[in-house]
Amino acid sequence: MPCTVSMTVNGKAVSREVEERTLLVTFLRDQIGLTGTHVGCDTSQCGACVVHVDGRSVKSCTMLAVQADGAAVTTIEGLAAADGTLHPMQAAFREHHGLQCGFCTPGMVMSAVDLVTNHPSPTEQEVREGLEGNICRCTGYHNIVKAVMAGAEAMQGGTMKAAAE
Amino acid sequence: MYAFTYHRPKTVADATALLGQFEDPKLLGGGQTLLPTLKQRLARPSDLIDLGQIPELQGIGEEAGGLTVGAFTRHAQVAHSDTVQRVIPALASLAEGIGDRQVRNMGTLGGSICNADPSADYPAAVVALKATVRTDRREIAGDDFFTGMFETALEPGEIVTAVHFQKPDKAAYAKFRNPASRYAIVGVFVAVFGSEVRVAVTGAGPSVFRADDMEAALAQDFRADALNGASVSADGLNADIHASAEYRAHLVRVMARRAVEACG
Repeated sequence: MPCTVSMTVNGKAVSREVEERTLLVTFLRDQIGLTGTHVGCDTSQCGACVVHVDGRSVKSCTMLAVQADGAAVTTIEGLAAADGTLHPMQAAFREHHGLQCGFCTPGMVMSAVDLVTNHPSPTEQEVREGLEGNICRCTGYHNIVKAVMAGAEAMQGGTMKAAAE
Repeated sequence: MYAFTYHRPKTVADATALLGQFEDPKLLGGGQTLLPTLKQRLARPSDLIDLGQIPELQGIGEEAGGLTVGAFTRHAQVAHSDTVQRVIPALASLAEGIGDRQVRNMGTLGGSICNADPSADYPAAVVALKATVRTDRREIAGDDFFTGMFETALEPGEIVTAVHFQKPDKAAYAKFRNPASRYAIVGVFVAVFGSEVRVAVTGAGPSVFRADDMEAALAQDFRADALNGASVSADGLNADIHASAEYRAHLVRVMARRAVEACG
């Protein structure tokens, strides 16, 4: 039976009629047209689909759209400023080459922002543990961790270190 | 995923009433096991009853010296709760070790124990901390709640509302986790209540169990070395691609030692 789901996505109120079994990620991609949120494994393992629901990072392939009814959702498209200025975490991923193919990057960045919001100055170990729900098949994580450390500093208002290494 | 009808009751009474109305309803907690199950078409409930909007199922409070945790309290809330960290820090640290960050942001205590996965972490805490599982109709002792692999003492249509954990003198949980799923290959929760020591083992068998020999040895002498002569038989333990039954039996002692050492 179709039902109406309403939520705020990246600050904008949206409302659509969906099947009750529609996943949040399907809603975001197919109904709202925000394809920055990726579907990787579709089995709750890889974290490519991570978005924020009421400020908490969740796997949008493992949540129904109706469960997010009334919630405020932020996707990767909602991180950058209106003028296109990247969020400090996005800038850090670019600066530190925290990606290769880029498929996992939206989820990595969303997880990293959630992690740093809750642990403002994470240690390298805390970053690695905080990213356990995100899988990258390219990088071996080294530059991702470096990017998150730098992004954390930048989110604190610090200046970003040059990616000299 | 097969189609279903979705319901979002506001009270436990409404949820109970809904459960009685349909042919094959299923309760939805955080959905971190149920939704993947549905996506694989391994289950086909007629109706999903979402417990996420029921205030009486949420929250953490101190009660009778211990802790009462609402069934719909998410793992991250338990892990980060000042109250849990102060009253039973071992419970907070167990919750912080469940799954990954995103799973902890969704998964709930009630969902975990009602699913009764043999590798889940919470069952070890429920048994070791002499918990009482509260439902919409009665109280069930933690020792009696888990009855087998994915099986509990719950009756059809019964809803877990909260779990009361007793405060131990000291306690710790040590887990040897599957590095991919982060489920417990073996997890051991050791809790000390006066002269009584409880050792609850998850992941190793079809369901959580208490290691009697280890409890007796630790009651006499609460040191890791006291476990040298105590062991758990490999008979009937789980065996899969991750670990043989013999390996799991070995891990029980190693994890029990680590938990005792962590008790300080």
